[in-house]
Amino acid sequence: MSELEYKLVVGLEIHVHLATRTKLFCGCELVYGGEANSRVCPVCIGMPGVLPVMNAQAYEFAVLTALALNCKIANFTKWDRKSYYYPDLPKNYQISQYDLPLGEAGYIEIPLETGRTKKIRIIRVHLEEDAGKNTHTLGNFSAVDLNRAGTPLLEIVTEPDMNSPEEVRALAVELQRIVRYLGVSDADMQKGHMRFEPNINLTITKAGSEHKTPIVEVKNLNSFRAVEKSVAFEVQRQLDEFAETGLTMASGNKSTRGWDDENEVTILQREKEEAHDYRYFPDPDLVPVEIDAEWLDEIKLRLCELPIEMQKRFVTEYKLSDYDAGVLTGDRFTAEFFDTAVKAGADAKRVCNLLTQTGMKLANEAGCNVADLGISAEDLSKLAKMTDAGDISATASAAIFEEMVKTKKAPDVIASELNLLQKSDAGELEAVVDEVLAANPDAVADATSGGKKTKKARGFLLGQVMQKTKGQANPKIVSQILDKKLS
Amino acid sequence: MADELLNLTCKQLRDKIAAGAVKSTAVVEAVLAQIADIDDTIGAYISTFNKHALETAEAVDEKIAAGESMGALAGVPVAIKDNMCTDLGATTCASRILENFQAPYNAHVVEKLLAADAVIIGKTNLDEFAMGSSTENSGLKRTVNPWDMERVPGGSSGGSAAAVAARMCFAALGSDTGGSIRQPAGFCGVVGLKPTYGRVSRFGLVAYGSSLDQIGPVTRDVADAALMMNVIAGRDKRDSTSVSEEMAPVCDYLEKLDEDVKGLKIAVASGFNAGADEHIRNALASALDIYKNLGAQIVEVKMPHLDYAIAAYYLIATAEASSNLARYDGVHYGHRTESPADYIEVYSKSRAEGFGAEVKRRIMLGTYALSSGYYDAYYLKALKVRNLIRKDFTNVFEKADCIIMPTSPTTAFKLGEKIEDPLQMYLTDIYTLAANLAGVPAISIPCGFDADNLPIGLQILSPAFTEEKLLRIARMFESKTNYHTHRPKPAEHTK
Repeated sequence: MSELEYKLVVGLEIHVHLATRTKLFCGCELVYGGEANSRVCPVCIGMPGVLPVMNAQAYEFAVLTALALNCKIANFTKWDRKSYYYPDLPKNYQISQYDLPLGEAGYIEIPLETGRTKKIRIIRVHLEEDAGKNTHTLGNFSAVDLNRAGTPLLEIVTEPDMNSPEEVRALAVELQRIVRYLGVSDADMQKGHMRFEPNINLTITKAGSEHKTPIVEVKNLNSFRAVEKSVAFEVQRQLDEFAETGLTMASGNKSTRGWDDENEVTILQREKEEAHDYRYFPDPDLVPVEIDAEWLDEIKLRLCELPIEMQKRFVTEYKLSDYDAGVLTGDRFTAEFFDTAVKAGADAKRVCNLLTQTGMKLANEAGCNVADLGISAEDLSKLAKMTDAGDISATASAAIFEEMVKTKKAPDVIASELNLLQKSDAGELEAVVDEVLAANPDAVADATSGGKKTKKARGFLLGQVMQKTKGQANPKIVSQILDKKLS
Repeated sequence: MADELLNLTCKQLRDKIAAGAVKSTAVVEAVLAQIADIDDTIGAYISTFNKHALETAEAVDEKIAAGESMGALAGVPVAIKDNMCTDLGATTCASRILENFQAPYNAHVVEKLLAADAVIIGKTNLDEFAMGSSTENSGLKRTVNPWDMERVPGGSSGGSAAAVAARMCFAALGSDTGGSIRQPAGFCGVVGLKPTYGRVSRFGLVAYGSSLDQIGPVTRDVADAALMMNVIAGRDKRDSTSVSEEMAPVCDYLEKLDEDVKGLKIAVASGFNAGADEHIRNALASALDIYKNLGAQIVEVKMPHLDYAIAAYYLIATAEASSNLARYDGVHYGHRTESPADYIEVYSKSRAEGFGAEVKRRIMLGTYALSSGYYDAYYLKALKVRNLIRKDFTNVFEKADCIIMPTSPTTAFKLGEKIEDPLQMYLTDIYTLAANLAGVPAISIPCGFDADNLPIGLQILSPAFTEEKLLRIARMFESKTNYHTHRPKPAEHTK
């Protein structure tokens, strides 16, 4: 059946934990993990008589993200109760936003293969509280841990605009980059800060007519790999299923599947979409949220240049490769550190090389990012300029970089302390060259012979000069002088 | 001597205690003795805090002896409806499902009372989760009316009203979702005030209908209601619906209480009042005459949407209740069924065993009203009616300072009389529901007795956040009458 023509159609629902100081509706500090049920209070465990109070920081983080996703921001929203019974949901309703989400009709631009980007439309962005966690390790009993209950959770729903597993992954990665740039989420996949639920089906063309396969929703994916692999798996599975059954999309035949990370297959969870009745209604314990122009402007001030914009700018303005620009814009601090160093007058490619070849290695060892190595962007810029000017060799620049991190001294200070400054004074070097030429007439003869020994003899002479200057001669200049003398 | 003490109002008592003329300890002992004497019969309290109360009283007495400045209710024994959380004793909501529930915190109003140096005597009985009009829906015990032991005290704050009337405390807190403070106050011949929605923090009040619930005082006279409001009213940032000081500043409700409202205009919706019993209509007419003699002008008004208040109320309140009570599931706290087959049975059996019939009825009604396909026809329609009722009030308050109507269509009815017929029971709330739907304050004050010597309540409603004026209007009537000084004689019945 592989000769069938098909088009993959995927929409994503994404949940992102916001890194606010406290939970969404109570004063509990937001700290990951901890002993079960140790990070709770009467409000987040839904004791009788308690009332929720909205965390304004969470709302601002949510609006900031919606703005970065180019959404229209609602100036009036409210909170709704979504009712369902589950042991990890203490009130048996979740406070969410139903018909008035805080952001709507936006888009996210995702980077694809070299240089190309694609806009994926965003349907809505809303804020809600997360539930706790059920664990099933006690035999006949399940245990409930409510530490996570009440964590602000941003839900983002896209249009089904993605057409390959790679695009789905790219969106997930790009969204992680955005929320980290904005500082609204740690977006740590290991800690479940981001969860993805793709809705997947195919449009198959067979004998000139189009057939849509039933939609499958894969629940709770928490790694980029799982996102990409599960979509890829579904493509083949749905193709096979269609070949076997000819089943097409119809009302009520959407199914839900889980992802088995070990065997890399999706597993059926619910055959038919259940007719959930969440009995949404406005939460009478909370007041509507109205964002006036002043508040919105205040939030807008916290927007930054988006990673994809920065990446494109580094390519066009700084002539970096898309790959290098992608590496540098992986996180905001590295990108801004790089940008500042370049704006201080250094060559972009040189700064890029210093950062990607030496800086990132050092940062990795230190467990931080390059902006936190303790050196200033200005000193990095200086180091790059010294290298380009020939004051130091490229090899020496790496050593100096390491020393800067260790001693926090300026690059020129380190270069002179370690005798790494190159001699570029042509007059001084010419004298040394003359000395060497005088001492090695045979080599001079070979070098000027034009024969097969020329190259080797020239290299020997250059080596002699370097030796005499204890390696501090700028080889470029020595080479120029040799060229002149031997011609 | 003890009896004389028990007959004092809060204000009189706290002045005597503050002056050192009476010891709080003596008062608490007298109250506990009164409870020991008659509460087996009346059944006002679910729990009492004898030891705590005596200790608190001793501490107050010592501080007063030492000349320390004290709170507004220093040494005064008060009771709390058992749907407000206290870290002392259980908070049961008169429900089997919370029978042994120990709250880890105090409700805002409880904090306020403690800060005012009040002595908390105990927690009073109610209709389970405040759902009812007779306190007969209590899952834990029966409360009777101190004026007639065969009659209901009203509800849902029946325990609070009975305790205040029968001198088992000097004031009590109730909660009012559709009349639950005013109707039992009327039935028991005491004063009951439902403040404006947002005036008193609901933090720690176990929710029934969140958009309607409001805590208020049950007292023996209007001055005590004002005094209690001085203690409990005000902004609390833990309740998002509590109103800011800028929007509606709290004032000293006692300060000008005895000043008559000049040029008072009273609205009466005569057509609406026609359904009340004759002796109630007569008492209302007499009350209006008293106001006329005080120079008030009576304005006839139409409030066309009040007829729909019961329907709207029982949809909105039950819808909210169905959601508010979802948390009592046997998983986290409260009653849990023995050996459930699976987690679904933890829910279904715990709830089936823990909730009483009326609570189940309202949860089902509310669930239905919010269900997809019915939401628009029921819940949404009810919200629209609610808006129309609000407009009725706005219109009337353009022409008048207040509205006067009965608190209830009848006086206290017999135990068991209506309990088998929920609709008849719901109809007893006809005059009280509208204030909750509109969010406006309303007070019930004693205004007479029927042929069986049962108290009659007069209800006065005023615009949002005008409690100060409302209390003054009520005080005008009270100062010309002595109905509030009558007291039931439960001790004679119990002997």
